Amino acid sequence: MSGPEGAPLLELRDIGRDFGSVIALDGISTSVRAGEVTCVLGDNGAGKSTLIKVLSGVHQPSRGELLLDGAPVRFGAPREALDAGIATVFQDLAMIPLMAIWRNFFLGSEPTKGWGPFRRFDAATAKDVTRRELAAMGIDVRDPDQPVGTLSGGERQSVAIARAVYFGARVLILDEPTSALGVKQAGVVLRYIAQARDRGLGVVFITHNPHHAYPVGDRFVLLKRGRSLGDFRKDEVSREEITAMMAGGAELEDLAHELERPPS
Amino acid sequence: MTTTDAPPTRPPADERVASVGLLKRLLVKPELGALVGAVVVFVFFAAQSSVFLSPAGIANWLDPASTLGIMACAVALLMIGGHFDLSAGVMTGTSALTVGIVSVQFETSIWVGIAVALVIALAIGALNGFLVVRTGLPSFIITLGTFLMLQGLNLGLTKLFTGTVNAGGIGATAGFESAEAVFASSFTIAGQPFRIAVVWWVLVTLLATWVLLRTRFGNWVFATGGDEVASRNVGVPAARTTITLFMTTAGAAWFVGVVYAVRQTSVQANVGIGNELIYIVAAVIGGCLLTGGFGSAVGASLGALIFGMTQQGIVYLRYDSDWFYFFLGAMLLLAVLTNRAIRRYAEARR
Ligand SMILES: Nc1ncnc2c1ncn2[C@@H]1O[C@H](COP(=O)(O)OP(=O)(O)OP(=O)(O)O)[C@@H](O)[C@H]1O
Ligand SMILES: [Mg+2]
Repeated sequence: MSGPEGAPLLELRDIGRDFGSVIALDGISTSVRAGEVTCVLGDNGAGKSTLIKVLSGVHQPSRGELLLDGAPVRFGAPREALDAGIATVFQDLAMIPLMAIWRNFFLGSEPTKGWGPFRRFDAATAKDVTRRELAAMGIDVRDPDQPVGTLSGGERQSVAIARAVYFGARVLILDEPTSALGVKQAGVVLRYIAQARDRGLGVVFITHNPHHAYPVGDRFVLLKRGRSLGDFRKDEVSREEITAMMAGGAELEDLAHELERPPS
Repeated sequence: MTTTDAPPTRPPADERVASVGLLKRLLVKPELGALVGAVVVFVFFAAQSSVFLSPAGIANWLDPASTLGIMACAVALLMIGGHFDLSAGVMTGTSALTVGIVSVQFETSIWVGIAVALVIALAIGALNGFLVVRTGLPSFIITLGTFLMLQGLNLGLTKLFTGTVNAGGIGATAGFESAEAVFASSFTIAGQPFRIAVVWWVLVTLLATWVLLRTRFGNWVFATGGDEVASRNVGVPAARTTITLFMTTAGAAWFVGVVYAVRQTSVQANVGIGNELIYIVAAVIGGCLLTGGFGSAVGASLGALIFGMTQQGIVYLRYDSDWFYFFLGAMLLLAVLTNRAIRRYAEARR
């Protein structure tokens, strides 16, 4: 299951990030290898989104080093990470509600045609690709001109995922991409992650669902209150241990008892 | 680019899509409200005044609409991009005064004055944009500051250079004829001369519409105004877009200022002050959302047209011109309310 040897696509060494006096991340080290899925797990507020925002150039690390293909890099803006082939599905999806689906899909990476001052947005291509990519995900858009704000939560998430998969050339980062999805669509997303991995992409996958994380994950990074509780390869942990570490197992059973109707 | 197992065929017609009628399709256009408003205003005045429809009458109401329309298009782009420019009005005065002072006091060609005015206007626009992008403060406050500063500078510098509160003598400068041909000439249709600014207005409206709907930059304008953080996160150069928009508004102010200077050949130091709100009114009547991310250049031009028709129409009907601002305010409220209703209806029914 382990990926090819050599320098990882992305490597984090002792990464830390502060927001004023808040230490959101501290001492995080892990790697993202080509053909591997790195799962980032942790409670709400553990720092998962902050971590992937460092990888995608939204935040700059306050401490530590980020290496791309073994060489230190500093992404000053999301654009620089995108240009390095790193595409991200942000937790808030980063879509503009009043804009049409196809405009959102290609936002920031618009295809153009024409030359010089007549260079223009190739709307026909954009609409075609959007429709095709979404159909391949099992989402048939009624009308690519529909504003994204009028889509259902799951549809919106699917558009964001399709967009990242389409533009992610080397690394694909997904921040809780399945949170609003039904069982079938979540399955489609997991299959997409596996396909991206098989094509040799490095994938970073954040989820609260161990049943989603364990089957596709090759490496598990566990965060708690901004610090790493460990960076495990799949052969070092079992599904049960992952579930337990995610505060799933025991607590869930207790919860089940608590929620049951008292015998009347 | 992706390997997928589903065939990339077009899905058959979807039973969930009710065929969207022409009316509903029109309703989602931001400029519809302004179009209806323009037709109503036109019919109202045309029915009561025969002068309104005569060639001379038309030329009369197209004239104020044209210079306002050029500004309104630029201001609409800026508003769609999520910002205001309260210095846009006084900046037309700054440009006109610069043309006068440079070409007359320094005894150069008027074209030198026009070029210097362009550089100054673009620099002010860039400064506005830079301050907004850098500080993250509302553009309302930043440009209110530049507005007041320019108001003071216009007066102070004009007095300093000319000793009076106006810059005159522009008509006697070198190159005036060629400048007049470009900025302030007339063309004749049906025996009636029309201002060349009307042609520039139509061209600016077409260009702004094309840029908004058909270019990458236009996509970035909508996105930056819709959600700046989200657009930056997907790689839109939001800061550059914002600065470009402020410079565009400044460029339009330069153009309108030059038109004014060449037409009048003498410029009062307080020219343009107060117009910044009229530009915003025209853009809002044209369907621009105050919160950004939605609007159209055609709509803004229709807003300017409504303004021009009303301003002249009231004169033709021999109403007291005091009623003009009352009418304009009522139009604005009506436009905001209908636009909101239309958008809700259209979005719910798609
Ligand atoms: N821009 C910011 N300014 C200040 N504090 C921040 C900022 N971004 C994140 N934080 C803080 O950092 C901590 C980690 O937040 P983060 O969004 O990374 O959590 P998360 O693990 O993604 O949680 P969730 O599972 O709820 O998405 C939180 O306590 C949050 O308040
Ligand atoms: Mg998060």
